[in-house]
Amino acid sequence: MKWLASMSLGGAVLALFAAITSLAIGWTYLGTKAQIELAVRRAEAQQLMEIFPRDTHDNELVDDTFVLEAETPLLGLRAERQGYRVRKDQRVVGVILPATARDGYSGDIRALIGVRSDGSIAGVRVVAHKETPGLGDKVDLRKSRWILGFNERSLGNPAISEWTVSKDGGAFDQFTGATVTPRAVTLATRRALEYAELHRADLFEIPGDNP
Amino acid sequence: MSHPSYSQLTLNGLWKNNPALVQLLGLCPLLAVTASTVNALGLATATLFVLIVSNTAVSLIRNVVSDTIRLPVFVMIIAAAVTITELLMQAFSYELYQILGIFLPLITTNCIILGRADAFARKNPLPAALYDGLIMGLGFGLVLLLLGAIRELLGTGALFADMQLLFGPEAEQWRWQIFAVDYPFLVAILPPGAFLVTGCLIALKNYIDLSLQRGAHAEAELKEVGSKRVRVTGTVS
Repeated sequence: MKWLASMSLGGAVLALFAAITSLAIGWTYLGTKAQIELAVRRAEAQQLMEIFPRDTHDNELVDDTFVLEAETPLLGLRAERQGYRVRKDQRVVGVILPATARDGYSGDIRALIGVRSDGSIAGVRVVAHKETPGLGDKVDLRKSRWILGFNERSLGNPAISEWTVSKDGGAFDQFTGATVTPRAVTLATRRALEYAELHRADLFEIPGDNP
Repeated sequence: MSHPSYSQLTLNGLWKNNPALVQLLGLCPLLAVTASTVNALGLATATLFVLIVSNTAVSLIRNVVSDTIRLPVFVMIIAAAVTITELLMQAFSYELYQILGIFLPLITTNCIILGRADAFARKNPLPAALYDGLIMGLGFGLVLLLLGAIRELLGTGALFADMQLLFGPEAEQWRWQIFAVDYPFLVAILPPGAFLVTGCLIALKNYIDLSLQRGAHAEAELKEVGSKRVRVTGTVS
């Protein structure tokens, strides 16, 4: 039974190393968790200002939030997230909605979508993705200006049937070598607009419901 | 294998047996992230750190782990070191973490790391293994930096842009516009540029080696020493 002994020994050593390495990772995870959350939030705050620059509002965007439940229809969120209200002179002039596209090429694509009170897009930014570098990552503004093509668009512009990439007969270009990623982002943007339309009174605090 | 001296290790890692230019290991991240100096520096630092940690750990356990299970154990150690690096970078340099993207976790599969663990660290005492990790990491990192700098210069006419991603806000001033470009030489930044520049660097290194050799013994014939794999640009000892 020599083989059994050597196998058990090997197994035991492997298990031991699995335990040690898992402990090391777990310890680092716990140690960096708070800092990572802070870093992600700071990056998000910076992107909010890109969508609605300083002169469009007079409130602190990061503090003026509302809760969006996980699994909110049309937004695709996996966990509870925050939306942001953009105010000027006490009126809500726009909202920034988080949206998650689950049909990216590799994993979720998380985006922020800024919608003005007239239903037009102020800006779309991808905040987290795992798309192929050099191909799909052109949805990121640092790599390409593609995402700016959504600015000023709305649900009627283009018509709803054209709210997709041009390969599917839509109005938005895909990039060479990557269709899945831009399609996912375009459709997520469209769904977010539909969400904003559906919850218009609530999101923009249309007078009548409010004191 | 006799224990090589530190000067031999230095020469090997930085020049004679350079992981990027001679062994051609880790080409995938090498080519993909060297579009700018700051990206190259980020990946170089991460790789260096992982290489040192894995070499150290492997050397420490070299008498505990039997030959049959050594590879899974090494891979586990490397994967843990990479995951820890990823978490740290996410915490302290979030934007760079986003730029490096998939190539950060892919360090796990960088052959340099497993290669040095299996070929060197498991047969050598701790100080030598640690030093080998440091030097091999530097050798790889320097080539990354050189590639990044050349490609950034050719592609944008500037050097050290976006350094604030690594060094904080003051580093934003470090950007050094060397010549103005109206039309950036895009190919240098795109993947083909990586191949072209790497090829030129390898050719340059071989040229220097050849002229040194010619100088040393005027008409002595070139001898092939050591084994030669298909995908290397020199002899690997």
